Formats: sequence, structure tokens, C-alpha cells
Amino acid sequence: MMAALTKALKPILGRHLGNTAKVFGAAVNSQRGKPTYTPPPAKYGGRHTVALIPGDGIGPELLNHVRELFRFSCVPVDFEVVHVNSSSTSEDDINNAIMAIRRNGVALKGNIETNHTMPPNHKSRNNLLRTSLDLFANMMHCQSLPGVQTRHKNIDIIIIRENTEGEYSSLEHESVPGVVESLKIITRNNSLRIADYAFKLAREKGRRRVTAVHKANIMKLADGLFLQCCKEVASGYPDIEFDSMIVDNTTMQLVSKPQQFDVMLMPNLYGNVVSNVCAGLVGGPGLVPGANYGRDYAVFETATRNTGKSIANRNIANPTAMLLASCLMLDHLKLHDYANMIRGAILTTMNETRLHTADIGGQGTTSEVVQSIMRIIQSGGPLTTEI
Amino acid sequence: MLKFLIQTVTLIPGDGIGPEISTAVMKIFEAAKAPIQWEERNVTAIKGPGGRWMIPPEAKESMDKNKIGLKGPLKTPIAAGHPSMNLLLRKTFDLYANVRPCVSIEGYKTPYTDVDLVTIRENTEGEYSGIEHLIVDGVVQSIKLITEEASRRIAEYAFEYARNNQRTSVTAVHKANIMRMSDGLFLRKCREVAENYKDVKFTEMYLDTVCLNMVQDPSQFDVLVMPNLYGDILSDLCAGLIGGLGVTPSGNIGAHGVAIFESVHGTAPDIAGKDLANPTALLLSAVMMLRHMGLHGHAKKIETACFDTIREKKVLTKDLGGNSKCSEFTADICRRVQDMD
Repeated sequence: MMAALTKALKPILGRHLGNTAKVFGAAVNSQRGKPTYTPPPAKYGGRHTVALIPGDGIGPELLNHVRELFRFSCVPVDFEVVHVNSSSTSEDDINNAIMAIRRNGVALKGNIETNHTMPPNHKSRNNLLRTSLDLFANMMHCQSLPGVQTRHKNIDIIIIRENTEGEYSSLEHESVPGVVESLKIITRNNSLRIADYAFKLAREKGRRRVTAVHKANIMKLADGLFLQCCKEVASGYPDIEFDSMIVDNTTMQLVSKPQQFDVMLMPNLYGNVVSNVCAGLVGGPGLVPGANYGRDYAVFETATRNTGKSIANRNIANPTAMLLASCLMLDHLKLHDYANMIRGAILTTMNETRLHTADIGGQGTTSEVVQSIMRIIQSGGPLTTEI
Repeated sequence: MLKFLIQTVTLIPGDGIGPEISTAVMKIFEAAKAPIQWEERNVTAIKGPGGRWMIPPEAKESMDKNKIGLKGPLKTPIAAGHPSMNLLLRKTFDLYANVRPCVSIEGYKTPYTDVDLVTIRENTEGEYSGIEHLIVDGVVQSIKLITEEASRRIAEYAFEYARNNQRTSVTAVHKANIMRMSDGLFLRKCREVAENYKDVKFTEMYLDTVCLNMVQDPSQFDVLVMPNLYGDILSDLCAGLIGGLGVTPSGNIGAHGVAIFESVHGTAPDIAGKDLANPTALLLSAVMMLRHMGLHGHAKKIETACFDTIREKKVLTKDLGGNSKCSEFTADICRRVQDMD
């Protein structure tokens, strides 16, 4: 009854009375029944606070555009900016960032450069962030976008990648000079966890099939364990079809017939390869947003995590991926109306080929694209500030 | 008229469609008057003294003598108690480099039309070292092994290959941002070897960037060199770009001058013996073998005949989109080769 009342009042109360209706509604529509429950993120006075990590390369300029767009559209989100200096050897910066995310529960970030000529004790900052916050699931939704020319059409794949262990455990040692071992760790707990996440998500989104990608014919124990965990979880979801495919065959199938895939589930490294292949298939790194979910935190970024050093500060980067990532973030904060409004404006702009940026074959600049999105939002009617 | 010395090559027909495609290749070579004499050998695993599995001694002797081999697909029986035959061959002859040139085939349409690259994969260590442990219940560790020696060897082969085949650049594919020590060592060795080959351009690229760019614009890549796992994935990715394993050649280079060229598709037991198989992969591998042996004239002749047949689309096997028999496809290539003389 309460839920019905709130629903009726929503359009009237809407945005003008702040978010009291939404809070009220949220309290009533308790998330207990939802399979992918996470504790509510930071909220004070009706406004959310989100940690913002600009990163390097194109990160800062794209995130500025996000802020500009949010300010323009009166999105009730404030950003706590935390800078991480990628060239410093101390881990203070990244620890501050992690603390900020713990405080706020949600973050939007650019990629932090890793100088791979530094010694091994200088770990990848992005990886540190993911493992410290236990953001175990990386989710990427690859969809063919209208208006973008690609070799393959009608792609709609959700890729779920284990985000904390596997080949990215950063456990290496030089046994004797010239002989290096790198450990790939697979645990039953994390494999069950990610498989569970994948099947729950598949069910939530009404997807038919989950494909596990592995190399268990060669890595019999490690990938064998992963595959076995996936099979165990699959047996609890009889409504969803489960199959598996070896990673090299998967990449071959992806470049010839990507339409056959629905939801794909895999350990860390194969996830890296497959997500980059899929991003390339739908048009490139500038188009696909990514999300990293943990039990308590969520961090949003571009799916392929590129720094884009060569195109930084030249106003040619494609803002689509970062803007869509910010929409994913708005969805996570339950600000669905704002998310849909911005997403709609982005897709409408995408249809205008003269506004395509260089990476998808056009000559538009980043600011032109963002201006167009803001114009569409303004013409859509709701309250906005001046352009 | 140039008289070529007849060289003997060990031929391993393999299982399933292996024998029929090997026969096809032999016929085409005969029609092209290639100076090759075939010595057929079998490689079923046998248990040697000391209980270790090994390939039959006749096969080993033949390979050691001839140094060059051509191999069809071998089946890996499940639960046979012995490791895969391909693994045994690799260990026996220390086949450290797997080379796959991927060139778009005119006449066999794929969404990618301008592919011309070579993947060179380190084939002995890396992620496929086979060293795995169950540490405690529910925790498994798999060891990726990178050694200075193997990395240097594969880098040197890659640059030599680039130089000998007029390729302009070599790109090392790695993930040293995450696997700092292991891929870092691999990269360092590549950089060191690059110093001795200033005529070949050397670049480094992250694995994910390569994948991303490969599916958007494969024409930007030339020779790629990488450790085992990345090589496995990328070489199959590139094979997918040109049309799959049924048309992709492959060569394995070993120590002491041994080289085994093979088709990398499966044994296709469902069409074995029915004259339906496509011999293109084995044929192109044999052409790669001719080039390796310096017989460029014959290689070009056979390769052109093969591509012409595919381009004409008159006698294609089922997997290429036609409905001709293997023997008809082979006969067409033989006819073209003979017409070229």
C-alpha cells in the first residue's frame, strides 16, 4: 500500500521536493528481496557523494565533462575528488583514494597509469584498488550501438570477469637469476562467488545462457576448479542454459560469429582478452562502460581501462564510455530517471554521424559531443542550468 | 634448367582426415615437380624403457635425419594414460617456436580483408608449464614460468624470421604492468635482442591493446612475438580473422634445425574417409615448409594455384562454401600447377 502511494506521488513530488519521496520509497521497497543487494551508498541532505579519481591521460578531461554534464542536468550528486599521482612510489595517494571510496561507497574513476619499468614492489594502482576493496566482479555490457559502423552487427554480450585473483595476484619471484615464476591463484570461494554473481545477474536481466570461458584442458587444476565451481552453481539455475568454451576457440568464434554469445563468465586474464576483443567489435574503447562491483563498494570506469596518453588534452577523446559509466553509476544510486535521460541523450547524439569523434571515424571534438548531449537534455524539458 | 637436390621430408599423416589430406598434398607436390621425397611415419605413443611415454624410435630417427617434417592432425585420446601426442612431439624435439602466418585469402570472404601478420609464440614454458598444485582444499596455484634462455631464444627467432622474410617490424606482446617480473623479463630479453637487429623496428604493446586494435584494424600489425598463453589466444584470434583453422598454416621450429609444419585443425572423425576434407591448411603449411627449405619458386607456384582455385569458387569443399569433393579440389590445384609450367 505504501509502495503504491509513493508510486502515485512520485511524479508530483519528483525532483522539486528533493529526494524525500525517493528515500521514502526506497525504505519501503526494501532491497532485501533483491539478489544483488549492496548497502546504500553515502547520502546526506538528499544528495549523494561519490569519490572521483581523475587518473591519467584522458581521465581528467572526460571526468570534467561528466561533472559539467551533471551540474547542467542538476543531478543530485557531489564529487569528492582524490588525485592519485602515478609517478610517486609511495602508496599514500592510492590509500587516500581507497579510504574515500570506503567513505562514500561509490566511485567514478579514470585509469591510473602503471609504469612497467618500475621494480615489482611498485604494484599497479588500479589493481591495488580492486583487490583492497574486494571488487570481485567486473561487468561489461557490450552492445552494438546504432549509428556506429562496425564489421559485426547485433552484438549483445554481457561479460563477467573475476576481478581480484587469477593471473593478477601479483605474486612473482625470481627463483634463481633468469628463472621467474608467476603464480596464478584460483580459489573455490572466489570462483563460486563470481559464478553466483553471473547467474544472478543473468536471471535478473532475463538472459538465456551463460558460457564459461576457460583453458582447463591445459591448466587442469586451476581452470578445472573454476569450471567445476561454475557447473555447481549452474545446477542451481535450471532455467538458465550453461555451457563452456576454451578461450582460444572463444576468440576465434568472437571474430566470426559474435552474435552466438549471451553472458560470458571467466577468470581474470581471459576476461581482459575477451572484454577487449568485444569492445573492439562494437566500435572501440571509447564506447563501452564498465563497472566493478564488490559486496560493499562499486567503482565505475571505462570498460577497457585505457589511459589514452596519446590523445590526452587534445579534445578528441570519445566521452561516450565515461558518460555511459556515469549513467551506470546513477543506476546504482537508484537515480534511474537521470540515468535514462542522459543515456537517451547520448544515444541520440550517437546517431548523428557528424558528431562522431575520431576513434569511430568522425571529426567531431569531445566538447561538441558533450554540448550536443546537453542541448538534447535541455530540449527534453526538465530543469537545467544555463549552458 | 636448375636441378634441385631431392630432399627427404618426414610425413606424419595423422588420424581422421589426416591420411586423405596428406595424400592430396603429395599429389599436388608431384604435379608441381617439387624436389621432395616423403618418408611416412606413424607417431602413436609407446611406453619406452623406464616407463616413460615416447614416440616410436623409427619416427624419431627419421625426423633427426631429415630435420623437416609435415604433420597432419593427431587425435588426443582422453584417459589414455599418456599425454597428448602434440605435447610429446614438442618435448622430444624441443619445438620452441610456433609460427603462424595469417594472410587474408582472396576468395574466402571474412569481415577482415587486409590481414597480413605473423604470430610467433614461445611454445615450451610460460603459463603452460603444467606445474600446478592444490595448496589447501579449495586453493589452487598454477605456475607461469618465464626463463631468460627461452625468452632470448624466441626473441632471436622472431627477429631472424622478420629479417629473412622482409618483414618491417616486430611487436612484443606482454602484460608487464600486472606481471612485472615475468613479462618484464620477457620484454627485457626482447629489447636486448632488438639491439642486434636495428634494421627491424621493435615495439611493445599490452595484450589488451593488441586485442582491441586487432579486431578493429589488423593491418597495423606485422610480426608479433609473445609468451605461450598470449600466443595461443592471439594466434587463434588471427586464424579466426582469416577464416578459421581450416585455412591456417602453422610451423613449429625446434632446436638443432628441426622444423615440423602442421595443420592445426582437428581430426574431424565425422567426415574421415568420405573424401570431403579440405586440404588447404595442410597444403599451406607444406608451402611454408618449402619456403623454410629455400624452395621459393615451388612454394609460390603451389600457393598461387591454391589461392586461384579458391578464388574461382568452382570446386570448393563444403567448409569453404562449395560442395565438391576433396579429390576434385586437389585435382583442380594439380591442373593449375601443371598449366603454370
